[in-house]
Amino acid sequence: MDMAFIIETIVKIVVILLVFSALAGLGTYFERKVLAFMQRRLGPMHVGPFGLLQVAADGIKLFTKEDIIPQNVVKPIFKIAPVITAATAFMAAAAIPFWPQFTVFGYTVHPIVADVNIGILYVLGMMAIGLYGPLLGGMASANKFSLISAARSAAVFISYEVVSGLSLLAPLMMVGSLSLIDINNYQAGGIGNWIVWSQPVAFILFWIAAFAETGRTPFHLIANDHEIIDGFGTEYSGMRWGLFFIGEYANMFFISFVIAIIFLGGFGDGSIAGAFQLLLKVSFFFFFFLWTRAAWPDVRPDQLMWLCWKVLMPIAVINVVITGFVMMF
Amino acid sequence: MHSEPLNDRNVSEQSAYYYVDIEEYPTTGWDKFKQVVKRTFRGELFVGLWVVMREMIKFDIHTVQYPKEKLPIGPRYRAVHKLLRLWESGYERCIGCGLCEKICISDCIRMDTKIDENSRKEVTEYSINLGRCIFCGYCAEVCPELAIVHGQRYENGSEQRAHFVIKDDMLTPLDFLTSGQQAEYPGFGSITPNESVTKTPLAY
Ligand code: SF4
Ligand code: SF4
Repeated sequence: MDMAFIIETIVKIVVILLVFSALAGLGTYFERKVLAFMQRRLGPMHVGPFGLLQVAADGIKLFTKEDIIPQNVVKPIFKIAPVITAATAFMAAAAIPFWPQFTVFGYTVHPIVADVNIGILYVLGMMAIGLYGPLLGGMASANKFSLISAARSAAVFISYEVVSGLSLLAPLMMVGSLSLIDINNYQAGGIGNWIVWSQPVAFILFWIAAFAETGRTPFHLIANDHEIIDGFGTEYSGMRWGLFFIGEYANMFFISFVIAIIFLGGFGDGSIAGAFQLLLKVSFFFFFFLWTRAAWPDVRPDQLMWLCWKVLMPIAVINVVITGFVMMF
Repeated sequence: MHSEPLNDRNVSEQSAYYYVDIEEYPTTGWDKFKQVVKRTFRGELFVGLWVVMREMIKFDIHTVQYPKEKLPIGPRYRAVHKLLRLWESGYERCIGCGLCEKICISDCIRMDTKIDENSRKEVTEYSINLGRCIFCGYCAEVCPELAIVHGQRYENGSEQRAHFVIKDDMLTPLDFLTSGQQAEYPGFGSITPNESVTKTPLAY
């Protein structure tokens, strides 16, 4: 392993960390603005022009606030739980190609930290480990609302993991590779080659599962403010709570990248136009997360499990079987 | 609309009340499945998406950016009290009768009076503890001289409770009076300026 490779990887990691931490902050700004406009409000207006510096104000507040560890919590677990959420969200980003490869000063850069051949498996696995954040944080909190939230998170994550895994199986059978770059190159021929045309059912199923994965409305029941305060986040304060938040928003961006790459052609043939198209697709999926939050009600946990196990999972299995038959004959 | 149909609370032909039509909740698994399919494909979710998107595009914002913009409030709004002066003489309207102090249900008005050299009753101290006042308006209603009224000042901020609210704060300043800025209520119970409220002569 030569020195240049190590330095390049470290630089990529730092860039991804910085860019997506900043994006997570900006994401909260956009969320407030979009929700406000949809509800005929103005949203943040006072800090900076059009409230743009609200992100900075929130950051300062989160960083400088006292970090309270309540008396009866299980201290080591309580302290580590937010780190799990944020860390696994960013670790999942290692196998996501954010941009086609490009050349600077004669040096070819691959904007992916590790092009492992099990890319999508690794991404989904890492995001699934993120469930330990809410689960452990909620169980260690010595608070009944946090406990309810922890129980919900376990039930919800088991349900949606089945759907997201099975729905991805069909496209992966067609591509024959788990690497996100291979999946992207499979669709490099243009809009007609996008997997969404041959696998519309899998696309819808994975999209639904993405909502459960990131815990967004209509599946926002793990930290549902109007039922169980802030769920697992109730006892957290300051930067530990902020880590949960960064993890959640980074996850939204990463899952948007994953959907866009697997089903909507990713960055296409790798030209600059294709790269900007990828950003557009990702922005659309991120916007859709905010859009549904303004429009749709939340479902109950039992409804979500009913939906995942009794409706979506059978559809996913049927989809896999049909895809298999079509590929055989 | 007439209120008579609403007075009869029984559900019948004549009354305005009727039972809301609620469908039976599905019990069997197949019925529940049918309900989900119906709700999924009827497109209601997309109606919701369209409604919020339409509002965002129309950009018909109702926010009042409060410290910079303020909504107009009615002339009879019951905020911090004012003590008014007589129009023609500038003398304080309050005659120190103590009715407001007596009627105040929060017991938050305190006043001190003395007989001055013209053997008129003079109010030396008059304060309202705004921390206790519930802004019921009884003091303003009971006042025979229209001396204490409610004003439109609803923004209070101070370092000490003792600042809420002393006589100097409430009493119309003399220069305000001379420049005609002492406002009176319009409508029922109001006075005709310069006429109806005058200083009562000492000798009757
Ligand atoms: S408004 Fe009511 S509570 Fe307030 S001072 Fe007058 S009588 Fe008392
Ligand atoms: S009721 Fe009116 S006149 Fe009597 S003491 Fe109170 S403010 Fe003065």
